[in-house]
Amino acid sequence: MEKTRAQWGNPLQFVFACISYAVGLGNVWRFPYLCQMYGGGSFLIPYFIMLIVEGMPLLYLELAVGQRMRQGSIGAWRTISPYLGGVGVASVVVSFFLATYYNIINAWGFWYLFNSFQDPLPWSVCPLNGNRTGYEEECEKASSTQYFWYRKTLNISPSIQDSGAVQWEPALCLILAWMMVYLCILRGTEKVGKVAYFTALLPYCVLIIYLVRGLTLHGATNGLMYMFTPKVEQLANPKAWIDAATQIFFSLGLGFGTLIAFASYNEPSNNCQKHTIIVSIVNSATSIFSSVVTFSIYGFKATFNYENCLNKVILLLTNSFDLEDGFLTASNLEQVKGYLASTYPSKYSEVLPLLQNCSLEAELDTAVQGTGLAFIVYTEAIKNMEVSQLWSVLYFFMLLMLGVGSMLGNTAAVLTPLTDSEVLSSHLPKEAISGLLCLVNCAVGLLFTMEAGSYWFDIFNDYAVTLSLLLIVLVETLAVCYVYGLRRFGAELEAMTSSTLSWYWKVMWACVSPLLMVGLFLFYLSDYILSGTLQYQAWDATQGRLVTKDYPTYALAVIGLLVASSTMCIPLVALGTYITQRLQKGASFPLA
Amino acid sequence: MVLFLSAVSFVAGHTFVVLVDEEDRRYFKQQEIILWRKAPGKLRKQRTNFHLTSDLNPQTHSLPCDFHSERMLWLFFFLVTAVRAELCQPDAENAFKVRLSIRTALGDKAYVWDTNEEYLFRAMVAFSMRKVPNRETTEISHVLLCNVTQRVSFWFVVTDPSKNHTLPADEVQSAIRMNRNRINNVFFLNDQTLEFLKIPSTLAPPTDPSVPIWIIIFGVIFCVVIVATTLLILSGIRQRRRQNKESSEVDDAEDKLENMGTIANSIPCDSLNMKGGHVNDGFMTEDERLTPL
Repeated sequence: MEKTRAQWGNPLQFVFACISYAVGLGNVWRFPYLCQMYGGGSFLIPYFIMLIVEGMPLLYLELAVGQRMRQGSIGAWRTISPYLGGVGVASVVVSFFLATYYNIINAWGFWYLFNSFQDPLPWSVCPLNGNRTGYEEECEKASSTQYFWYRKTLNISPSIQDSGAVQWEPALCLILAWMMVYLCILRGTEKVGKVAYFTALLPYCVLIIYLVRGLTLHGATNGLMYMFTPKVEQLANPKAWIDAATQIFFSLGLGFGTLIAFASYNEPSNNCQKHTIIVSIVNSATSIFSSVVTFSIYGFKATFNYENCLNKVILLLTNSFDLEDGFLTASNLEQVKGYLASTYPSKYSEVLPLLQNCSLEAELDTAVQGTGLAFIVYTEAIKNMEVSQLWSVLYFFMLLMLGVGSMLGNTAAVLTPLTDSEVLSSHLPKEAISGLLCLVNCAVGLLFTMEAGSYWFDIFNDYAVTLSLLLIVLVETLAVCYVYGLRRFGAELEAMTSSTLSWYWKVMWACVSPLLMVGLFLFYLSDYILSGTLQYQAWDATQGRLVTKDYPTYALAVIGLLVASSTMCIPLVALGTYITQRLQKGASFPLA
Repeated sequence: MVLFLSAVSFVAGHTFVVLVDEEDRRYFKQQEIILWRKAPGKLRKQRTNFHLTSDLNPQTHSLPCDFHSERMLWLFFFLVTAVRAELCQPDAENAFKVRLSIRTALGDKAYVWDTNEEYLFRAMVAFSMRKVPNRETTEISHVLLCNVTQRVSFWFVVTDPSKNHTLPADEVQSAIRMNRNRINNVFFLNDQTLEFLKIPSTLAPPTDPSVPIWIIIFGVIFCVVIVATTLLILSGIRQRRRQNKESSEVDDAEDKLENMGTIANSIPCDSLNMKGGHVNDGFMTEDERLTPL
């Protein structure tokens, strides 16, 4: 008797699972950075164009493939063409890499969440040094939030060569993060739908609360105006378009096999075109929404620092010239400075080098992305709010929901092909397979909890998936259109969903998206080749800031291995299938 | 006759002079003196000047000998003023600069810094010094303030009872540090708004709980997750065992049916026991068909 494939409890669970997978940390910490870099409001133009031209067609393609083939990525691509099973294998390998390093972010999120239940917040004050006469030197040179991130959380080493030992605090949090993922995924991918209700909806609740709080903060409007003032000349910058395309591509999570896995549990008659549009629009809207929140918080932080800087200047002048306390304010500062310069020129020239130049634009210009934004900049803004514990808890809870939602998708991408294969599922129950997967990933992930772990994290983050994914999706599109046949696929899709396939999708699949993919792929390849030695940012404890260093040769070898191991799967499996088929044909000849 | 100055003291607005002649006779003179200084608002110069007038009335008090008492006293007072002025000066030995930021600290509720506040400050410093062993006799008059500016900042020194030397800086520093909190509270200020330059403030030691808080919360969530995972796994195992049992029961029943021989109306023929049959009385036997004649 054939086992019918499990299904989502209801179609809404599928939509929520896709949303919770697509809406991840990239929406919160990469999109605001890009928005700021490429001129605020004007970045939205390339973003939306890329969404319509690249994001939606590719998303629809993956969902359609999954729904039609009703198998995980390996099985689906093998069905499309026996030589292309390698595409599925490459997807699984890439997902495995991603799952390994992505969960450490959740571990850091847990660490910060647990530490938020203290008064005062541990990253708001510098710790005292050994003999209690002042603050720790490293903390004085950097800031208290940077110190807490680099020293207390990561205990980072000066370079990637000094590996150091495994830090037990992040290790514990990593184990907890993997246990959470295991808990959600152990009953199978289709049960993820129940968890998806929470992981998809709760971040929006927190974002709305933060929006209200952020807009009412003092100085929020500075940040918002800075972000949304369009710099139209950035539209001519090709980098803006490339980054828009890249952001759409990675934000939707294409090429990992997750979407195929999720869609494979759909009913065949499910209208995945509607769901495509919903998911992609929700994803982009969330990006814009979260960048509004981010920029109001940026504005608050920048205004706060600017006013602090001004106050320091005022205090310095008041003390040096023994002016009346409260006489100097921000409004008359320039006049008084001029007066003092003319009346006491010698003394003023002594004081002048110590006066900092306070500028609001300089504070706003410090655009940060990635872990630096979430764990350094945001925490700095939060510590200055009232009831900072509450805001901190909310914020890290939201980060965790986003991160766990994406992790579930990634683990599902690896798990579905494993549970689909008869070899494994006949010997081991579902729980054991997922348990083993989580265990292996956790063990490898302990690498990132070492003192140099953050540098390895950056390696994985920058190189493990970018190039491979572009290649995978390119091959996918070409496979469906030209190997399987666009007409055949379209006809099957129409028969399955009983709705006509618009010409728009056909044109996009056949021409535009592959061209875009080829362009992006070539750009990135040339970028890596032309930039020569790859460099990374290392934390220098003596100076209290980041310095640039070169990667050692073995790190470069690891990078090369990461990229090769996923991209080589495609030609290797194709070659392997070809050889096996030739051998089988050769074996069958004598019988004929 | 030559008179030598033996001792001078200032007590509660009176001067007390003891003069000695060459035959060791002691002459005492007590004069009431009035001390005054210019109003704080009019203070423009860096130095404050204490002006002394002595109410000399030759008629009320007269010395047996005739000498220029007035001029001597004036000379003497200037000497003392000069010495006192030297004791309290910016950057003098054992002098400390104090800086207050009252408006920053209190905003609208800021009070004006006047002579009364200065008196209070001197009282607090004297109080701090009295707590030091060997210095219990420090009086408010031993604390000298000078160079009060608009900022509000001033210098102060603490003199010994003879008013000739200032107390060593270490003693004053340790006394102030011990009582810093009380001094701050008297003026509604804190370590940042009432600054004693050169006296570092003691930083509060960090409150380290015995068990870090994050471990407690981590432990709670960890246990919850483990319990939930175990429950799910167990229920999954039970569900699978039930499914296996059901499917195995169905299998068993099918196997049993296959092993029996012929089946009629799903009743195996073997079970039909001919012996234990039911006789149908509707059918009469041969013998009873023909009724007897």
